Amino acid sequence: MKTQNILIVGVGGQGVVLASNLLAEAALSAGYDVKKTDTLGMAQRGGSVVSHLRFGEQVASPLIAAGEADLLIAFEKLEAIRWGHFLKTDGAAVVNDLAMPPLSVTLGSDVYPCDAEIVTALKRFTPEVHLVPGTATASRLGNAKMVNTVLLGYASNFLPIGAERLASTLEAGLPPKLRQPNLVAFETGRSMYLK
Amino acid sequence: MERLLLSGNEAIALGACHAGLKLAAAYPGTPSTEILEAIAKFPGIYAEWSSNEAVAVEVALGACYTGVRAMACMKHVGLNVAADAFMAASTTGVRGGLVIVAADDPGIHSSQNEQDSRNYARLGKVPCLEPSDSQEAYDFARSAFQLSEEFDTPVLLRPTTRVCHSKSVVMPSPKLELERTPQFSHEPGKLVMLPGAARERWRKVLERMEKLTIYAEKSPLNRAVEGSAELGIVASGIGFQYAREVFPNASFLKLGLTHPLPDKLIRDFAGRVKKVLVIEEVEDFIEQYLRSQGITALGKEIFPRTGEFSPDIIRDSAVKAGIIDNTPAKSWPAAGLARRPPLLCPGCPHSGVFFTLSSLGHRSTLPGKKPRPPKLTICGDIGCYTLGAYQPLGVIDTCGCMGAGISQAAGMAKAGAAEKPLAVIGDSTFMHSGINSLLNAVYNQAKICVLILDNGTTAMTGHQGHPGSGLAATRQPAARVIIEELVRGAGVRNASVVDAFDLKAVRAELRRAMASSELEVIIVRGDCPTLTRKRSRPRIINTEKCDNCGACLLIGCSAIKKSESDGIIIDSGACVGGYCALCQQVCPKEAISESIGEAV
Repeated sequence: MKTQNILIVGVGGQGVVLASNLLAEAALSAGYDVKKTDTLGMAQRGGSVVSHLRFGEQVASPLIAAGEADLLIAFEKLEAIRWGHFLKTDGAAVVNDLAMPPLSVTLGSDVYPCDAEIVTALKRFTPEVHLVPGTATASRLGNAKMVNTVLLGYASNFLPIGAERLASTLEAGLPPKLRQPNLVAFETGRSMYLK
Repeated sequence: MERLLLSGNEAIALGACHAGLKLAAAYPGTPSTEILEAIAKFPGIYAEWSSNEAVAVEVALGACYTGVRAMACMKHVGLNVAADAFMAASTTGVRGGLVIVAADDPGIHSSQNEQDSRNYARLGKVPCLEPSDSQEAYDFARSAFQLSEEFDTPVLLRPTTRVCHSKSVVMPSPKLELERTPQFSHEPGKLVMLPGAARERWRKVLERMEKLTIYAEKSPLNRAVEGSAELGIVASGIGFQYAREVFPNASFLKLGLTHPLPDKLIRDFAGRVKKVLVIEEVEDFIEQYLRSQGITALGKEIFPRTGEFSPDIIRDSAVKAGIIDNTPAKSWPAAGLARRPPLLCPGCPHSGVFFTLSSLGHRSTLPGKKPRPPKLTICGDIGCYTLGAYQPLGVIDTCGCMGAGISQAAGMAKAGAAEKPLAVIGDSTFMHSGINSLLNAVYNQAKICVLILDNGTTAMTGHQGHPGSGLAATRQPAARVIIEELVRGAGVRNASVVDAFDLKAVRAELRRAMASSELEVIIVRGDCPTLTRKRSRPRIINTEKCDNCGACLLIGCSAIKKSESDGIIIDSGACVGGYCALCQQVCPKEAISESIGEAV
């Protein structure tokens, strides 16, 4: 298999690193060589966060080169555009339909792009752009924090790792109380693509 | 065989543990922090957060004198603080193995500068090991202890941010079971560095370097990977991994031991290839050596001298230099996007004092109002509270290195600055080296105002303990140094404690202290919200009362948002509620109140 490059992006505090750790563990258990790295600004909340995950027969660099990502998973829309240039021309973007305007927007010095602008910006790189109502779906399932799981479920359709393996890795990484709802969230996210 | 997915830092910790580590000491600093955090979870190893890096090295050195294996960990700038202790360790050498980890930060992800710690290895005449992934981080940690004991030297282990903070597969080796009873034996000629003994020891240090140079030639830490004879790449650290991606067919000389360098190995390698490239992050440490040996090599002429490398940067540089010609069509990031700098968290106790400083100092203005010339001189320091430099707070005028703020303020006052300078420092930084600066200010009667922002933890690096926190590295209770008692004991006559979330009290205390002609210390106390996770009813904005003046936005709270359609709103998922309530205190229309319903 050719090395798979997955970029997960979002805002500090959203659980980007957690999600990429989970995918990395699943890839490890599937027998691949795995490298992953998180590039954070300062070790603080609220900033832009990006995590690089690569797996395959043998991986050298933990960093993905621009234009080489097979899959971009974005937990926030503005961050999706910020890292969109990492996408391959035949890559896929799975973007949570959530806007978290940074303080620069709130204070009026910057502007937050509208949905049409976001989709257009991403389609410059690949036609495969999916705006997913992740936060709304997670809330409907009872906990907005499960948005990561919903998105992972959706993104699992683009991964060469079996959904069962992903689900069981997810299960193993969660406290007992959260297992069942997250498995439901994963399945819901997964089936949203099939529809 | 067992396959683990570990970060470089976790791998260093496991490697050291499997090498029979007995004691580890560190001061937290990105990207090194997680090494000690991981070690603290292993049973049978003593792990501590020391008050600063010099102390950490001294603690580890003392332990190694009893014959056990010990380690001190820090980030690159920490090695500056520990430089004296580091040189002392080099001179006396060791009993049990001593490894000093200095994690460099190319690209300055979260530091105040970019420096190449390999220069300290050269200065201290100690071996330097550079891992390039987690497996090597694990293996090199083990090798470092062995080298340390074999050559009677501390060993510098130099990972970089990308090695520390990337995860890759580690296959661990069997754990060494060292049967060592810690015991000190007297040997003044080795351990008491009076000039006579020191001269003798330094001669031994020079001999040690000669032996290490011979060792470097055959060390398994350095290895050649045969490929095309057209291009030979000498690389260390993460640069090796990037180079493998960009030049899959080249020959490689992969250097794990970069001080001292293997003369013959390099010469033989260079002789086998037509062209030599040196790929190393930050300085031309290896390249300079090659040149000094008369070997023609390309390095920093092509590759950047500053910043973090990536496969992209190496490919672009090589294309530009004509070493490779084809490059895939490249895409560029979208321009003009709204920036997203890190912020103080919702419910951060620093927000209130910074908001007050900002309003007293004319640092921020309501949206649409004209900015005024800033007042107050505010010397900052290293920690979360450095984020107070960002808008809308904008209240930090200087930030140099750990503990510098108080001394800088004293310097300004002594230089004759018209205005009484303020210094802002966190509790952990105060314990690290702020104490020294405060003692100096007391002694020299500097008329400054010192704000110690006490959130009870080392928050920036992830809530590590310190002498004022009452929490050990293992998360067990520890003795707690009370800051106000310490400050008063140091001779400060005017020391007060104020609640960080009581804006009126903060403002009154600040005004009083600035008007006073004495040295004033104000301890602003409030727990870090991401540590305590204290939450109560989130605040809510009454849209009928709110006139969108934007006063609440000036706190810089990320839970308060403004949208075109809904005006200003508070994100109930992010707001910590009654624990903070700063926004409620600043709203001139009293439009902010407790939400009704269940506590979140």
